[in-house]
Amino acid sequence: MKTNDVIMQFTAKLVFFIIFFFAVHLFFAGHYTPGGGFVGGLVTASAIVLLIIAFDLKTVQTILPINYINMVAIGLILALGTAAFSMFTGKPFFTHYYDYFNLPILGKTSLHTAALFDLGVYLVVVGVTMTIIQTIGEDE
Amino acid sequence: MFQVFCIFIPLLAAIFMPFFFKKISSIHTGWFVLVVPVFLVIYYATFVPAISKGDTIIEQLEWIPSLGISFVSYLDGLSLLFSLLISGIGALVVLYSIYYLDRTREKLHNFYIYLLMFMCAMLGVVQSDNMMTLYLFWELTSISSFLLIGYWNNRDKSRFGALKSTMITVAGGMMMLGGFVLLSIMGDTFSIRELIAQAPELVTNDLFVVALVLILLGAFTKSAQFPFYIWLPDAMEAPTPVSAYLHSATMVKAGIYLVARFTPIFAQSEVWVWLVSATGLLTLFWGSFFALKQRDLKGILAFSTVSQLGLIMSLLGVGAIAYHVEGAESSIFKYAAFAAIFHLINHATFKGSLFMIAGIVDHETGTRDIRKLGGLMSIMPVSFTVAIIGSFSMAGLPPFNGFLSKEMFLTAMISIAQFDLFNFSTWGILFPIIAWIASVFTFIYSFYFVFKTFTGKGNIEELPHKPHEAPVGMLISPVILAGLVVVLFFIPNILADTFIKPAVMAIQPFLYSSPEQINIHVAAWHGEITTELYMTFGIIALGLVLYLTLAKWQKMYNLFPSKLTLNNLYDFVIYELFDKWVARLSGQYMTGSIRRYLSYMLGSIAIIVIATLFIQDAFRVSFEDASPIRPHQIIVILVLVVGTITTVFAKSRITSIVALGLVGYTVSLFFVMFNAPDLALTQLVIETISVALFLLAFYHLPQYRKEEERTRFRFSRAFVSIAVGVMVTLVALSAHSQKFIGSISEYYKETVYSLAGGGNIVNVILVDYRGFDTLFEVAVLAIAGIGIFAMIKLRLSTKGDKL
Repeated sequence: MKTNDVIMQFTAKLVFFIIFFFAVHLFFAGHYTPGGGFVGGLVTASAIVLLIIAFDLKTVQTILPINYINMVAIGLILALGTAAFSMFTGKPFFTHYYDYFNLPILGKTSLHTAALFDLGVYLVVVGVTMTIIQTIGEDE
Repeated sequence: MFQVFCIFIPLLAAIFMPFFFKKISSIHTGWFVLVVPVFLVIYYATFVPAISKGDTIIEQLEWIPSLGISFVSYLDGLSLLFSLLISGIGALVVLYSIYYLDRTREKLHNFYIYLLMFMCAMLGVVQSDNMMTLYLFWELTSISSFLLIGYWNNRDKSRFGALKSTMITVAGGMMMLGGFVLLSIMGDTFSIRELIAQAPELVTNDLFVVALVLILLGAFTKSAQFPFYIWLPDAMEAPTPVSAYLHSATMVKAGIYLVARFTPIFAQSEVWVWLVSATGLLTLFWGSFFALKQRDLKGILAFSTVSQLGLIMSLLGVGAIAYHVEGAESSIFKYAAFAAIFHLINHATFKGSLFMIAGIVDHETGTRDIRKLGGLMSIMPVSFTVAIIGSFSMAGLPPFNGFLSKEMFLTAMISIAQFDLFNFSTWGILFPIIAWIASVFTFIYSFYFVFKTFTGKGNIEELPHKPHEAPVGMLISPVILAGLVVVLFFIPNILADTFIKPAVMAIQPFLYSSPEQINIHVAAWHGEITTELYMTFGIIALGLVLYLTLAKWQKMYNLFPSKLTLNNLYDFVIYELFDKWVARLSGQYMTGSIRRYLSYMLGSIAIIVIATLFIQDAFRVSFEDASPIRPHQIIVILVLVVGTITTVFAKSRITSIVALGLVGYTVSLFFVMFNAPDLALTQLVIETISVALFLLAFYHLPQYRKEEERTRFRFSRAFVSIAVGVMVTLVALSAHSQKFIGSISEYYKETVYSLAGGGNIVNVILVDYRGFDTLFEVAVLAIAGIGIFAMIKLRLSTKGDKL
């Protein structure tokens, strides 16, 4: 008998975006308020897990055709690249740069290379969590 | 430079031996080898005129100058004598081996490489003035001796003998290294000459006796002294040229050399005199007594070697007394050192020839068992003549050189009985008595060796081969040595002036300034009838009587309990104690159980830390800057404790998992209470994921093992757990109660906005101040993810074909 979980699936579709945007918020707010790449990544992963629970692995893989291992690699390269960038200008490894810009719509905003590093962390966390869950889930 | 280089000539020549063996196989490789020792004999002979005047020649090649280690070729009387013995007897042995070892059946290249290695090592031992290179060459003799004894490595007995000799000599070598290091610490140099110059100051050092004993252990193991002689009889499994070379003439004398070389340093000590002379004498007696028990020709010779080495050793010990007495009285002890060197030369000549004869008998008849042999006199007349000369010399009969040195030995032993220092007045009387009894036994086994083999009826028909006289080439070497035995009897003073007196000078350098001052004249007949001459008559008379009645009392040896021997002790130590007991002991604690290993680790950490805490008096409790405890905190702590206790005592695993989740969420609550929002967030998510993973693992437990039962109580584990808990609590309390420096967090608070452009200190520390750590934590995470992926996807062992 095929169970009918239409309420579950419908709710998941809605809640996924709420969780995802909360994760994005956590990520961007990290520099000033609690949050950051690590928690943001974990929450993003939990949003995807919700989708997997509501639908199934195959479906989610077609919706989000992401190779999570590549994601881990990209995250690591980004983190390392941000940290190494300063070496090209003669500064020590891991020197960050930031400044304030007047952006359209957002107004006066600070842009910080630490955010790029945090993005690397975010990608690795999402990638690793999803790799673990996916491989264990696929295993019979 | 050439002088140092000469030490290494044999080693260099060894490189080419496989080439000669493989490419020029029609000529016996030994002929190529022969060039090396012959050259060395000629080369070292050129030093004789200078050395015999009392000069010393030294040449040095720096090896590790920063540590003061160098290769030295130091030639004085003692080392030149040894160098000539090594190269001279080496040449004769190589010549003998050409006829002994078959060109087509034996792996000659191996044999000669080992032999040349050994030759290099021995030359290095006797010429090294630097203790570190002396030790280097010393171990090289052990290694090459190991290889030579095990030359026929398909025989069990060869391998056993090789292993045994290596175990014992290397253990001694290690001791010796310890002694060398102590000496170098005391004297601040590795050079033996410089140490000799400092000898009077060294005696007062606390380490002096320790170094003395350690070095003596090295010398005793190498020279097969009691109780370390047991390897020598087993080493007789080596090819006979090896036995003749290593185990009679050269390697076993390395220990003698060492004792002689270090006499100027250690002779000041009473311990040295006693140890060397008493051990030597005991070995002399023991070896000569048990030689008669042997049935194997080479076995007899091995015990005889042990006994003769003991004789030389005891003479060196007595010679060391010369440092303690002055005036006319001392001359007799100077005499002892002279006798030691003289007997050393004599022994090398007659024992080398006897071994070669034993090899010839073995080669021509196919057996070395003395019970099967007999009546070979008319078949092998030359061998018989050589054997008679060698044996009579060994027994100490005129007109052979053994007579002269035996007389000197008895003289030295009689004189020590009258010596009244170091308790010799009480015990000294035993010395001549034991020496005399040992000499009687020496006489008997010498006769036993030669007459049981060559006379009597014998069963010539039943021998494995039909015996005939050995080929001429094989007889050359023993005949030369036997010739020397006779010649040295008639011209002992030429030998004394050229070789022995310079060597004695090296042993007793403080007493003389030139060899001419050594006023010793060897003569077969002193013109008067002395006590030692009566003793010799006694030896001959009693020896003859005992030899003729040998068949009646030889059975006496069977009375000795066969279990209580030193060989059994060795077997027990090596095979029972080390192999079985140690295996059993390590099996007791290396069980393979990870729980046990965890108990060891955690338990020892707890004990060490708690002990350190109280030994160092570092335990403090102070609640000065502790914050007040509020009611809601108590509630959360109670929940935490309940969760923990449930985790440990739960009956079902799922209860434990849920209780663990409870603990995790409570910890998250603590983070909230202690103002750590980032931590609280992360802890919450991570706890959820890990509980989910636990449940996953729980779900996949195999059915047949899924027993729902409580964790069993074990006292030891409870003890370890409580100890670890106590440790952590004590350390945390002490650490909290004594803060020596303030926190650096003020800096972060001040600069988080101005320097890093952020507001969340935790995050700014993570990505900016301490981003380096985060980078690698992320890497750890990535490795963990890939690891799990790999573990699950790549199961080669079960799904090999699916990959």
